[in-house]
Amino acid sequence: MIILAIDTSNQPLSVAVLQDNQLLATTTFNYHQKDHSTMLLPLIADLLQRVDLQPDQLDRIVVAQGPGSYTGLRIGVTAAKTLAFVLKKELVGISSLAVLAAPLQPENQNTVIVPLFDARRQCVFAGIYQQKKQQLINLLPDQHLTLAELTAKLQKFPKVILVGHDAQQFNQQLQAELTNKITLATGVFDYPQAYQLGLLGRTAAPVEIHSFVPRYLRVTQAEKYWLAHHQEKLNEPLVEKF
Amino acid sequence: MNKTNRELILAFESSCDETSVAVIENGNKILSNVIATQINSQRRFGGVVPEVASRHHIEQVTICLADALERAKVDYQDLNAVAVTYGPGLVGALLVGVTAAKTVAFAHDLPLVPVNHMAGHIYAARFAGEIKFPALALLVSGGHTELVYLKEPNSYQIIGETRDDAAGEAYDKVGRVLGIDYPAGRKIDELAHQGHDTFKFPRAMLKDDNFDFSFSGLKSAFINTMHHADQVQQQLNQADLAASFQQSVIDVLVAKTMHALRQYPVKQLILAGGVAANTGLRTALGDAMEKYHPTVTLLKAPLSLCGDNAAMIGAAAHVAFQAGERADLTLNADPSLEFDWIK
Ligand SMILES: [Zn+2]
Repeated sequence: MIILAIDTSNQPLSVAVLQDNQLLATTTFNYHQKDHSTMLLPLIADLLQRVDLQPDQLDRIVVAQGPGSYTGLRIGVTAAKTLAFVLKKELVGISSLAVLAAPLQPENQNTVIVPLFDARRQCVFAGIYQQKKQQLINLLPDQHLTLAELTAKLQKFPKVILVGHDAQQFNQQLQAELTNKITLATGVFDYPQAYQLGLLGRTAAPVEIHSFVPRYLRVTQAEKYWLAHHQEKLNEPLVEKF
Repeated sequence: MNKTNRELILAFESSCDETSVAVIENGNKILSNVIATQINSQRRFGGVVPEVASRHHIEQVTICLADALERAKVDYQDLNAVAVTYGPGLVGALLVGVTAAKTVAFAHDLPLVPVNHMAGHIYAARFAGEIKFPALALLVSGGHTELVYLKEPNSYQIIGETRDDAAGEAYDKVGRVLGIDYPAGRKIDELAHQGHDTFKFPRAMLKDDNFDFSFSGLKSAFINTMHHADQVQQQLNQADLAASFQQSVIDVLVAKTMHALRQYPVKQLILAGGVAANTGLRTALGDAMEKYHPTVTLLKAPLSLCGDNAAMIGAAAHVAFQAGERADLTLNADPSLEFDWIK
């Protein structure tokens, strides 16, 4: 199976081409995030060409579905779902946080891995993962939560590894609350690798393409306000097609 | 299908709150024009919330693409090019269309044609008749009010534009004060026909020797009138308010356009953009043309294509495609894209 894996969920941009679990080609940038729109498709075209593949030879597109930067997610997810749709290929979405957690193999089986992204105002996007028998297990679904809420959820675990570029800035704060429990993954693991994403997506079940959207894990401010005031109107269609 | 006598362009539009995909034959025949509108969603907020718009586009884009191809009864190998609006508009919204269009072009090795959304609005008129050059276009929409000179196909030069609010924007703001739901244009238009211009709101910049517009003074005058009436607990006639507001907008648009036609002799005047659907404006412009410029033909964008749609993008793309315009896979959204000014 030829797999194209795309992660544009945060500042790093990573693309990989896999043949089953073998890596054929990969490139990761960690430069300006605003370049995702200009870089993604040229990079995909370049990687495929360098491994002598035509777009049509892809079997499956795997994309980091979120959470992450809204704009970044939209570029990756739009490219992935459109590519899968027009080429009639399989589409798989994988958690952007799982991509960071997957390469970590703690010595102690009970250690939990907590990948996180900064969501501003003392909030993070995070999930709690664990490696069990070479399998990445999700213990707490990815979510948007305050640092305090995350701390509370981590109390019951004996050992915690934080991973992600943004983890560094919250490390001290979490250390203070959760003494001696927390370690920080080394910097090598800070950047999402599309190869890892492709491996996770290889065995996952394909999804329905049209309804596939990013997992923002947070409603917009405007909708949050509206929902709080208009529960009764929830059944009206929001988008109409002509 | 023979590609030599049938040029098919697949066009994407997602600059604001409509996701649209169309298949256009030879720049003037609509094989399909699928439009998913978010009006019901955005009405909740009294206007377009950019993040909400972007999210809806991504829900709709492949569905619209599938429908557009199916209704046109064409497949990717029948296509000659893929076209897309890359600006102006909301950046997050534009990015969905741009990314989708680039992906289709890449996957099926098709040329990619970048289209300015405003050129699209102008070319909506192409579905009402052939464009005769040189032409002048009066472009009036929610985001733009401008006069554009078209020397030849695929050439667009601004000769005047609004200095503050766009006409459509003024409609929405005035609509809010009148308690009319977003988008307010059509309802104010209807209301205006039941009233009279009794308030005599200002006509901005009419005497200035340029082709620029201004609608913020009108908007302020309108709001002040409402506030004052509120304070003295006076009930104003809604129809007369709407009629007075609309008459001021129309007078300015028509007068500036007549002025421009005197300085730029053209064969045709094109009326396009979302506000071009306004019946008051359509009638007034027609009357003025008959009176002052009877030799210049008036080409009005069809009512059904005045709002945002991909058919108009496909029509503009046809002209750009013929002129050899191409974008590569680095094409980005340009939210503040605009035509050059005339020298
Ligand atoms: Zn428009």
